[in-house]
Amino acid sequence: MTTASAPTRVELDYSGGERLTMNMGPQHPSAHGVFRAILTLEGETVVGVDAVIGYLHRCHEKLSETLTYAQYPSIASKTDYVAAMTSEFAYVMAAESIGKIEVPKRGQYLRVITAELQRIASHLLWLGTWCMDMGGALGGGATIFLYAIREREMILDLFESLVGARLLYGFFQVGGTRYDIPAGWADSCRKTIADIDSRIGEYEGLLEDNPFFQARAKGVGLISRDLAEDVGISGPLLRGSGVNFDLRKSAPYSSYEDFTFNVPVETAGDCFARYRVRMVEFRESIAIVRQALDKLPDGPISSRPGLKSVAQIRIPKGEAYARVEGPRGEVGCYLIADGSAKPYRMKWRGASFSNLAVLPHIIPGHKVADVVAIMGSVDPVFGEVDR
Amino acid sequence: MTRQQARTSIGERFGSAQVEGELPASAEATAGKPLVVTLPVDQWLAFARFAKDTLGCRFFSFSTAVDWKEQGLEVVAKVDNLDSGLAVLMKTKLGPGVSACQSLVPVYRGADWMERECYDMFGIRFDGHPDLRRILLGDDWVGHPLLKSYAVDTPYPPYR
Repeated sequence: MTTASAPTRVELDYSGGERLTMNMGPQHPSAHGVFRAILTLEGETVVGVDAVIGYLHRCHEKLSETLTYAQYPSIASKTDYVAAMTSEFAYVMAAESIGKIEVPKRGQYLRVITAELQRIASHLLWLGTWCMDMGGALGGGATIFLYAIREREMILDLFESLVGARLLYGFFQVGGTRYDIPAGWADSCRKTIADIDSRIGEYEGLLEDNPFFQARAKGVGLISRDLAEDVGISGPLLRGSGVNFDLRKSAPYSSYEDFTFNVPVETAGDCFARYRVRMVEFRESIAIVRQALDKLPDGPISSRPGLKSVAQIRIPKGEAYARVEGPRGEVGCYLIADGSAKPYRMKWRGASFSNLAVLPHIIPGHKVADVVAIMGSVDPVFGEVDR
Repeated sequence: MTRQQARTSIGERFGSAQVEGELPASAEATAGKPLVVTLPVDQWLAFARFAKDTLGCRFFSFSTAVDWKEQGLEVVAKVDNLDSGLAVLMKTKLGPGVSACQSLVPVYRGADWMERECYDMFGIRFDGHPDLRRILLGDDWVGHPLLKSYAVDTPYPPYR
């Protein structure tokens, strides 16, 4: 009689004859919202992925056809609710471009200041949640999350004293901005960004000196330059894949040409490269905010102040595609106006939508644990994916 | 390739295409402003291949459609050359009552999800698309909401 010995090898010589289908999401904590990935597994390795989106769809494009140019900007916030300023920005720029509406210099600078603060806030949320996703590797993971959220709160406080709202603003309007900065705001803004600036190095040390972090981020989720352009990913992902493309430099809008800043580019194309790009962007955004506060011109904040009715803004017949460099990449608004107070058709090019479309191309071949790291490095916001 | 060269090149290769877009008074004035190319529907895919290979527009920005009511649907796509800044907005009218178009997926992988969304919202069948199914709406959804004939308050049983 023989006794069965315990298996000494696990998962070696896996023939791949058996496949397991696993649902990741739509309520998975690392999904950053509602995203369902139907993974086909061979052992621990992902061989196929079907991405299911649309859980947060509100049909913004149909909705925009029923709302006037004065009403929609505050609804545009709700597409990318983590970076609400940038989606408002794209919408009003499209309307201004068709209507040939000038924005006063002070309005342009205020737009830049809020858009860059928003980028810092959005990247902070990304940093915190991404590192928490990879929790175990970072010795508890929640440490950096709490640090990042603490910093983000300081920026949300600034937005609150500027607009009255913390997440969804309605700060932009066609022709300029809705509010001017209150007394003392510039000083508290300077103090906040100085605080954040002094701490970024600490986070980098915390992460990059950690061999587990390096192991989980380096060489994981490679996106080649060819794939990046073909799928149309943008922002830090594109720059992490070696493409030097930033709309603020290549097609400057809203006076971005007045500021001195660098565009970080990494060539590795992995999660670590995307992380590095965003860490440098923190500092560049801080530099832009400082310059804009120093050079903030006097004058009106809007060329169309004092709206008395929601249908007051009429945009002549025409079409335009306006795009801004959001925290996640190219946020575009393709607008067709028919001369009335409402758009005839509006299309959102959500940066997260295109960025997420790269997942089925890069995930196969990775372990399940890497899927979480890759997802986080893409930084999708599902309000913008599903619209 | 400059904007003017691109215009000439498009004119030589696609005689029936109509090209709009201001000529560069200065580089800044037209930075990021796309050349608008209106194509006959049967040259849609051929032009995409030309834009990618000859014009160097390898970046797929987006594609969508517009419902011009009785004039029918129009499909729109935008591609960019990230190095030179050349942007091309390509358009084609499908004609009244027609909702079929060539798919751009064989040329641009990014067209996959964009065309699925377009099918979802407008009911356009993209020939050559490997996986044409709804993407944002549920599989059991009835109708295509971004058509002008679809009322905003269309009931969705059993919820409303």
